[in-house]
Amino acid sequence: MLSEAISLPNIQVRGRSFVALIVAPEAPLEFWFEALDAHMARSAGFFAGQPVVAELSALTLGDVGETAVLEALDGLVARGLRVIGVEGIDEALIAGTRWQGLPVIKRGRDVAPESSFAQAPSKAATPAAPARSAPPSLLIDQPVRSGQSVIFKEGDVVIVGSVASGAEVIAGGSIHVYGPLRGRAIAGVKRGAPARIFCRKLEAELVAVEGVYKTADHWGAEVHGRPAQVHRDGDGLIVSAFD
Amino acid sequence: MSKVMVVTSGKGGVGKTTSCASLGAALAQAGRNVVVVDFDVGLRNLDLVMGAERRVVFDLVNVVQGDAKLPQALIRDKRIDTLSLLPASQTRDKDALTEEGVGRVIDELREKFDWIVCDSPAGIDKGATLAMRFADLAVVVANPEVSSVRDSDRIIGLLDSKTRRAESGEAMEKHLLLTRLDAARAARGEMMKVEDVLEVLAIPLLGTVAESPDVLTASNLGCPITLHSPTSPAARAYTAAARKLLGETVTVTPAREKRGFMSLLFGKKAVLQ
Repeated sequence: MLSEAISLPNIQVRGRSFVALIVAPEAPLEFWFEALDAHMARSAGFFAGQPVVAELSALTLGDVGETAVLEALDGLVARGLRVIGVEGIDEALIAGTRWQGLPVIKRGRDVAPESSFAQAPSKAATPAAPARSAPPSLLIDQPVRSGQSVIFKEGDVVIVGSVASGAEVIAGGSIHVYGPLRGRAIAGVKRGAPARIFCRKLEAELVAVEGVYKTADHWGAEVHGRPAQVHRDGDGLIVSAFD
Repeated sequence: MSKVMVVTSGKGGVGKTTSCASLGAALAQAGRNVVVVDFDVGLRNLDLVMGAERRVVFDLVNVVQGDAKLPQALIRDKRIDTLSLLPASQTRDKDALTEEGVGRVIDELREKFDWIVCDSPAGIDKGATLAMRFADLAVVVANPEVSSVRDSDRIIGLLDSKTRRAESGEAMEKHLLLTRLDAARAARGEMMKVEDVLEVLAIPLLGTVAESPDVLTASNLGCPITLHSPTSPAARAYTAAARKLLGETVTVTPAREKRGFMSLLFGKKAVLQ
């Protein structure tokens, strides 16, 4: 009896909404793929690692032919897109093909762009799917004075002004200082090694990215006082001047 | 409209008390009703610099704690009758001041005077924060050396966060007064240049006062320099600063050392080499 099988873990199934990119191939496919190739050439990383749903309803209309659906899917995958589902078609269209088993997603709600959100506040009770939000950032448009700490573990910190000697800035992501950096800058507390530090004038007491730090003694006079960036290189930290 | 001005610096020995007395006297000489208030409880000096040390009966702590009435503690200057002093206590410490009590005294002073000039103690603890707490504007006194400049930077940060004005979201007016300037040493690179200090602190320059024996003499005689030797470069600098505080447009002329015959000679020689 199941009831006697004690200490089985209590399975919890939760719902969660994700944001996927929707591509909608149109006939004629060769032109559409040409446009897609041009788009991908301009911004190579656009689809990188992003889940993609193929919206294929346009290919089932008129006299395009049923093979168009399969051609479209083949074409998308051949270009490295990660198709996680299709929508707008009948499941029977992909039954028995290599695409059998690909989830046919019931049409969800498109995420409206922010501008139209403002124009038409949604009357529906259903919460809007979260837009793919940029990582948060903190903008400070005054000098960070000696003894002050700016701690923002959620994301990037942008400072329009100087960071004084004896002040510190700690960011989850990168740190951008449009002015002299004379205090401490500690980046990558959350994002880790990809975080960087940029400043208009490097006169810092200490810079660190994800636990690897350098003090003013570590970089030479050729970088000191110049526009510079700090980034990780393996276990090391590179401090380099721009221009 | 009365104005509460704090003279502050963070670091000690940069010339806060001297500047407070000189600016206070210069404002009074310009016809304003001025009181200078010493917040340095336990280490009072303003009474000495103002030449009133033998006239202190009651002090700020007595008034804050309600042991004396404000008029009993105010000392009117014998040289300018629009200038008064509210001295600090020498025997108490800064814990004797409360925010509520200081606020009450400042409100009372606002009714009597045009300018309330508060001489802040060095440091960033209770005495200094109470001195700046109710200020409408601040004069940050700094010397052109790295330690003074960094401490001033710290104080500016506190002015922008810990004052009533800052907490209510209003802008805190801040002015930089650079004192003890030594042009010759700055030229040799032994001191920071005025531009460098301004670049670090990023607040407007009220004036520059050159290092001068006149200032020390005046302090030791208990007479603000604007009264003691009004034509000296330091007195002129303070007078110009006071006029600027009153809203007049004054072009700030950088302080320069008077160069003697010998230094002129050596200066020329150096150029010839």
